[in-house]
Amino acid sequence: MTRVYVPRDSAALAVGAEAVAHAFVAAGCEVVRTGSRGLFWLEPLVEVETPEGRRAFGPATPGDVAAILAGGSPLALGDMAAHPWLAAQNRLTFARCGVVDPLVAPAFDALARAREMGPDALIAAVTASGLRGRGGAGFPVGVKWRTVREAAGEHKYVVCNADEGDSGTFADRMLMEGDPFALIEGLAIAAFAVGAGKGFVYSRSEYPHANATFAAAIETARTKGLLGSFDIELRVGAGAYVCGEETALLESLEGRRGQVRAKPPLPAHRGLFGRPTAVNNVLSLATVPWIVLNGGEAYAALGTGRSRGTMPIQLAGNVARPGLYEAPFGLTLREIVEDIGGGAATGRPVRAVQCGGPLGAYFPPALFDTPYDYEAFAARDGLIGHGGIVVFDDTVDMAAQARFALEFCAIESCGKCTPCRIGSTRGVETLDRVRAGVDVAGGLALVEDLCETLKFGSLCALGGFTPYPVMSAIRHFPEDFAFRPDGGGT
Amino acid sequence: MSDGPTSDWSPDGVRQIVAAHAGLEGPLLPILHAIQAQFGCVPPAAVPVVAEALNLTRAEVHGVVSFYHDFRDAPAGRRVVRLCRAEACQSMGGEAAAADLLARLALEWGGTTPDGAVTVEPVYCLGLCAVAPAALVDGEPVGRLDARRLADAVDAR
Repeated sequence: MTRVYVPRDSAALAVGAEAVAHAFVAAGCEVVRTGSRGLFWLEPLVEVETPEGRRAFGPATPGDVAAILAGGSPLALGDMAAHPWLAAQNRLTFARCGVVDPLVAPAFDALARAREMGPDALIAAVTASGLRGRGGAGFPVGVKWRTVREAAGEHKYVVCNADEGDSGTFADRMLMEGDPFALIEGLAIAAFAVGAGKGFVYSRSEYPHANATFAAAIETARTKGLLGSFDIELRVGAGAYVCGEETALLESLEGRRGQVRAKPPLPAHRGLFGRPTAVNNVLSLATVPWIVLNGGEAYAALGTGRSRGTMPIQLAGNVARPGLYEAPFGLTLREIVEDIGGGAATGRPVRAVQCGGPLGAYFPPALFDTPYDYEAFAARDGLIGHGGIVVFDDTVDMAAQARFALEFCAIESCGKCTPCRIGSTRGVETLDRVRAGVDVAGGLALVEDLCETLKFGSLCALGGFTPYPVMSAIRHFPEDFAFRPDGGGT
Repeated sequence: MSDGPTSDWSPDGVRQIVAAHAGLEGPLLPILHAIQAQFGCVPPAAVPVVAEALNLTRAEVHGVVSFYHDFRDAPAGRRVVRLCRAEACQSMGGEAAAADLLARLALEWGGTTPDGAVTVEPVYCLGLCAVAPAALVDGEPVGRLDARRLADAVDAR
């Protein structure tokens, strides 16, 4: 019986993978469901097992199945490992995603190795790797773990932030659907390092398939005794972007409104239920097993400046080759958008890219020489965030994008800080007047002043970073804010 | 995902759900999700029942229910379309496809057709940004949408 691999990744399902899987079953094949390899313009991408190894075809429809099995399909992509888009990557965090059956538990070699090392050597290795929090803040993981380990208290927690709300990001979802055991093992290692007995994974209601796969993987880990005395509980949010902020997430886990907390105290000292808590992103945790097995130095050997290792870059929106591209830090934005992404999907010129989610700056092509690196982006008032890059072609109205950033802030504000709660709405109203041609210069000055207030008068990144997309749109695309009587600017 | 309410709510039904989650740390969100899964919404009259069972004030429970976008105070339509309005979907024409669907159904965002057939809700990112524009129709992902594909997805699922 021919074995065929068909993704069950949500994005593959969204473009018809389920019907393709059924067609292979109907043709008498053994179908193994995997995650996605992350080449989404080729999804549904299927692989047929042959004596020479797996051979890929895509994008496949049920009507292509007969030709694929007969070996005569024009959709043939050959050996995916040799595909240039994959071969040029450094897949460390995503090494197994799209390849393995996500529900078959691997041996937890890294967890065993971590236990041999002991917490101190383990934390030292993670610190030496230079791994920084992949959720967006970029705080060194080893330093955070050390702080939790040294915090006084018998009960400690590890919490995985899987509340991946940034538009243009999908790496957490892909990993939970394609290699959930990488996250489970990383979480177990983190718990061992800091001395926690319980772990929570806080995911999103927008990710029903990821949650189902991850819940099944936890159950397997539990019944196979892979976790020892440690236990993991999956919790699902309820549609609040701000809960991706770590203190709002902790409030939500405790059963309250997702309102941010003032820091200090840091969650590492007083986190979930007032106890020392390590809050780490999915990608940070899923990278830890590789670091444990290969050493901190091997990870730190990749990257540039203070941005060490690899970043699973997520290319999305109006781009010819959207997908997940894991590479060492240091590529330029131009290499990512034009060479890797292939420019806009529409074939029109790229006009802007938004990096780092809805709170990230818009970059014009004039800044595409910026290296993908935390510090280089910060120097240009941008952020890497969770690694998302959304591409826009030349039909984009940047005044509308600036307005959306403020509108999103108003919709998702937790309401704790006045500049965010009220300023966001006043900002939308002011930009509406600007776009209608009413006192354009005065309105833009007011928006800039408002952005300063948001930046310095908000407790968390929602209010504090909304100014980045707004001000970058105004600075880099001023022509879109000039009123045009023909309606073109509105 | 949204087969609609499976039964009318009752205080005893709510108490049973609360009791089933009694062992959890910070059980309120899982309880509210379970109530909505069973009854199709979190009925306002269930709030004091939950509050009493958890030894919280009504204000605390109401504050949580009203904070999160997911919780409804009335059941949704038989088909729920969660349509992404975030940047990646905007960049691929998502707003035009959304406007077409809303006009076709004569709905505002968040509205339900008078016959109770379809609810259309905005959502900000489904993680399907590489196959934008995207939606969840009764929990199943659909991508690379335009007005026609979206109308088909809403009708056909």
